[in-house]
Amino acid sequence: MEIKESYDVIIVGAGPAGSSTAKTCAELGLDVVVFDRNNEVGAPKRCGEGISFNALKRLDLDIPQKCIAQAIDGAYAYAPDGKEVKIQFEGTKGYVLERKVFDKWLCYQAAKSGAKIISKTPVTDLILEDGFVKGVVIDVHGQEKKVYSKIVVAADGVESMIMRKAGIRTNKSPTLVDSGYQYEMAGIDMRDPHMIELFFGNKIASRGYVWVFPKGEHEANVGIGISGAHKEKKAKEYLDDFIASHPGLAKGSIIEVNAGSIPVGGLMEDMVGNGIIGVGDAVNQVNAIHGGGIPEAITAGKLAAQSIKLCFDMNNFSKQVLSEYNKQWWELRGKHLKNVEKVRETVENMTDDNLNDLADVLNGEDLSDFAHGKNIMKLVKIAAKYKLKGVARKLGF
Amino acid sequence: MMIMSVLVNNSKCVKCAGCVSVCPKDALALKSEIVCDEKKCINCEICITFCPAGALRIKK
Repeated sequence: MEIKESYDVIIVGAGPAGSSTAKTCAELGLDVVVFDRNNEVGAPKRCGEGISFNALKRLDLDIPQKCIAQAIDGAYAYAPDGKEVKIQFEGTKGYVLERKVFDKWLCYQAAKSGAKIISKTPVTDLILEDGFVKGVVIDVHGQEKKVYSKIVVAADGVESMIMRKAGIRTNKSPTLVDSGYQYEMAGIDMRDPHMIELFFGNKIASRGYVWVFPKGEHEANVGIGISGAHKEKKAKEYLDDFIASHPGLAKGSIIEVNAGSIPVGGLMEDMVGNGIIGVGDAVNQVNAIHGGGIPEAITAGKLAAQSIKLCFDMNNFSKQVLSEYNKQWWELRGKHLKNVEKVRETVENMTDDNLNDLADVLNGEDLSDFAHGKNIMKLVKIAAKYKLKGVARKLGF
Repeated sequence: MMIMSVLVNNSKCVKCAGCVSVCPKDALALKSEIVCDEKKCINCEICITFCPAGALRIKK
């Protein structure tokens, strides 16, 4: 495939953030190319693959059946002592996706709109001139090639090498990323193949939880996220121990192994530089409680493309003009995600006794509210009642 | 002189690049496998603690 000397916009990474930015840029009439390092878009996945109906509605995404592995009604959350909270109402319905198919489908939409997507083409460096990002260096089957652009979009996920090469710290302190490990399992028995299960407790997952996201009647993503600074035991070891102690899972097969870092904080006030803009996991745009990043990535991509278009309209590709994106994103998503982050900080500092107490007094709706950064005052009141130290301060009260 | 670098056990490594995301010195990169730049590594062990698979250790 011919790669031109220059494009209006170069996007690094063809995940949901990259393809969403590409689609909107192309719709706005810009000449846009997406480079992805992998042979196959969407693989390997680093994701539990869940998405809610509410998010799909907000994104105005009408996804085809082939992207959907399983319909989900809600979740059971288990406290360390086994006490359960059922979280099931309209807002908890959703899908577990087939990410490999979903990510490709998003790329189909971008390509149809006129964007060019080129896989198996890693970006190895940035071209920096006069304090501006002016393009990228790519590896085309072993040969280096320079490709120029007015804007480079960092959609390269949690590694975030592109922002860092531009000199923008993406602040992935190990306390702000969870260490994740996941098996896609088959031949297992679950309590209900239309309900997600979440297992809490510091013995099960230090400062995190184990999740079971059903992908069929007997198939599921079974994974874990623990604090990235936890030294005593690895995520994989926790997960293997958990599976060994659950016969319904232990009898199954492992058909895929995934791992990765899950950003659970570190929202950035400033996600742009001269000629460069960051979207999705690369700039930590996630819900800090459930780690969901697909809807955030797609929303950010649309906003980024609008600000990029503004640069072309003004023929000014400086940080100053791109900053419009910071403003728009914080107004639309940032404020809300910041609240979620505060709840996360609170919950992750709780002891097993605290978590057991919470499971006593909270219902499913409360939990869902907290996961979406709503009704935080209730959490403050409960914390005060149970004398959970520092909670009100953490939540900003 | 002491070598500053980490060793990757490729039998355990899932190539998730979690280590790359937490390295404070940008010393790690995912090529066909994880590679460590000895000139940048400071032996802080943050990547070793973080690795979900337990695939990293200090090069001695």
